Amino acid sequence: MRPLRGAPLLTLLVLLGPVAAGLVGTLAPALGLFPALGGRALSLAPMAALAAWPGLPGAVMLSVGVGLAATVASLAIVVLFVAGWQGTRAMAGLERALAPLLSVPHAAAAFGLAFLIAPSGWIARALSPWATGWERPPDLLIVQDPLGLAMVAGLVVKEVPFLLLMTLAALPQVRPAQRMGVARALGYGRVTGWLKAVFPAVYAQIRLLVYAVLAYSMSVVDVAIILGPGTPPPLSVQVVRWMADPDLTLRFQAAAGAVLQLALVIGVLALWRLGEAVLGGLGRIWAEGGARRHGDGVLRAAGLGLAVLAAGAVIAGLAGLGLWSMAGLWPFPEAWPEALSTRSWLRHGPGLLAPGLETLWIAGAATVLALALVLACLEAEHRFGLVPGARSLWLLYLPLLVPQVAFLPGLQGFALMLGVDMGRGAVILGHLVFVLPYVFLSLAAPWRAWDMRYASVAAALGAGRGRVFRQVRLPMLLAPVLTAAAVGFAVSVGQYLPTLLIGGGRVQTLTTEAVALAAGGDRRAIAVTALAQTLVGMAGFALALAIPRILWANRRGLRAG
Amino acid sequence: MAGLRLEGLTIAHGGVPLLTLEASIAPGEVLSVMGPSGSGKSTLLSAIMGTLAPGFAMTGRVWLDGHEITRLPPEARRVGILYQEELLFPHLSVGGNLAFGLPRAVRGRAARAARVAEALAEVGLAGFAGRDPATLSGGQKARVALMRMLLAEPRALLLDEPFSRLDAGLRAQVREMVLARARARGLPVLLVTHDAADAEAAGGQVVSLG
Repeated sequence: MRPLRGAPLLTLLVLLGPVAAGLVGTLAPALGLFPALGGRALSLAPMAALAAWPGLPGAVMLSVGVGLAATVASLAIVVLFVAGWQGTRAMAGLERALAPLLSVPHAAAAFGLAFLIAPSGWIARALSPWATGWERPPDLLIVQDPLGLAMVAGLVVKEVPFLLLMTLAALPQVRPAQRMGVARALGYGRVTGWLKAVFPAVYAQIRLLVYAVLAYSMSVVDVAIILGPGTPPPLSVQVVRWMADPDLTLRFQAAAGAVLQLALVIGVLALWRLGEAVLGGLGRIWAEGGARRHGDGVLRAAGLGLAVLAAGAVIAGLAGLGLWSMAGLWPFPEAWPEALSTRSWLRHGPGLLAPGLETLWIAGAATVLALALVLACLEAEHRFGLVPGARSLWLLYLPLLVPQVAFLPGLQGFALMLGVDMGRGAVILGHLVFVLPYVFLSLAAPWRAWDMRYASVAAALGAGRGRVFRQVRLPMLLAPVLTAAAVGFAVSVGQYLPTLLIGGGRVQTLTTEAVALAAGGDRRAIAVTALAQTLVGMAGFALALAIPRILWANRRGLRAG
Repeated sequence: MAGLRLEGLTIAHGGVPLLTLEASIAPGEVLSVMGPSGSGKSTLLSAIMGTLAPGFAMTGRVWLDGHEITRLPPEARRVGILYQEELLFPHLSVGGNLAFGLPRAVRGRAARAARVAEALAEVGLAGFAGRDPATLSGGQKARVALMRMLLAEPRALLLDEPFSRLDAGLRAQVREMVLARARARGLPVLLVTHDAADAEAAGGQVVSLG
């Protein structure tokens, strides 16, 4: 019983230890301290070197602009769609369609989108030559455009399913049907009524997730490498470039850039909070103004259109990847390859076996560890009557709010200093930092919602706490436990930066392989790798759905939910 | 002294006293506790079972068959309970639910299965061991829940409005079945209800809360 008592503390340590250590390890070289590389005194030289980099203004603008644009667009699409379609069949249908998209790794979705919108992509092919007159791919910079629009699009198509599903999960707590009933009875339109009567309560529920999306979009690296501009790239990409440079003195500059990235994220989050307050005030005035509708029909249609577009882009992108992975000769502007073959799979598949197994190992281990810690925390909460407050929720979100690029370089620096070899084990612990919050967020609600009287009945039947946990609660909650595991697994499969930086470039997963191919432009190799990555991520969800169905095939009481 | 005795039992929540009860229930007798919802009836049962939620403070003692059980963990108290819902474990078969309650002292698969079958037959559910509990009718579930509890050989039985969800015809029937079996086994019964008919049918003393 004593080890269980320590579970929450251990979890916090596993979660925040690497973040805190990494931040220290990043801050020190940014201030000139890195003994192994000769930095023995405080100095502003790294900051000065960063400031002297001509690409800095552009990189900073990209980081801030892309982050804000992607977050505002994703949130707007989700809000419009839910406002217009809450409780309808269209909503239920899209919810089902979007759930599997959650497990699509960011890199795969970004590649899929690139294959769609590139000058030689599917959309251009479908319109050529009859509509555009193009006989050859036009010389347009659509992907990796200097403004980062393609990158914004790539982030939006992935964040919309995420925010939508999280919003739908939070929705029942604010009793939207009752609120809407009152609003509609008072004569409010569907969208206007929802925005005025439901949205404020829902936003309070998903606020931290929105912050996580914002921090992520500002500092993402893999999507930026695939879809973002190269000269200058967003700040986070430049930091990674400096980290990877054989000239080790650039590490100082990299650290300074990482610290700047953290400051940017903190600054923009503060700005966002300010915006919340201002918009909240304006919204109150708007709500009290009493206007019943504001183009509700148009907004409703727009919400549906944009949500379907976002989901469709991911699905079409995956289909495009599938086609490229099977394509023989496929000259522009044909919309369909001349022949389909398994040649690309046979050629690139065997090489993916090793990184594939590595991916499974890392994701499997990180998921099992995360699940064990989360279950121990939840059980400790139950047994010792711990009441987690708002602060612990913030701590849980912290690894999702601190940009990866701000603390992972610091961890690498420590390893360099101590001369330890950061192999697979360290990568697993690095993934755990990001897997754990998602597993916890996914499992906590169903776990806590379990009817505690089952435990009382079992205790009255003579079952001790261990037996209640193993033989009653865990089996009854098998489906949500496996779903949480699948979420964690998919999160790990999609990780790029932790694998790259903690593994020191020597641990190769499907994701690092896929992103490494971005520069080369071998579409067939990219398609095969990105699809393999997607399939591994989805396999977890498939198992999570299948196992309870098989195990509880004969138990109707467990299939209701 | 045999039976269930509540000695100066007082429960407070956040420093505010909720209820006080002094009672003694002899084997085979029923004490009915009446009160509107929110009067702390279920809290009283949690206190006797040892499953009080954090935030509640209890003083006084609970005695069962001459032993003080106030400080025992719930699984060691041998106090059985039936709730409003049957709360059959949905992942176990009907037989599995009964076997869950059967003490470890009954050894061997065959012997355990035989005891389960016997218990099912006693309430007219012979051959139901392999069934999914979700496929039973309300009355059948109530009977399985009762037998599951009795197989665990409790020394007292708590009833948390166990009949209030059943329709009128079934209600009297199930009530009679539960009370008759508790009487036959000499169990002291504490019945919590907001329905005077339940208390009346149970006979015995009645106390009101709130």
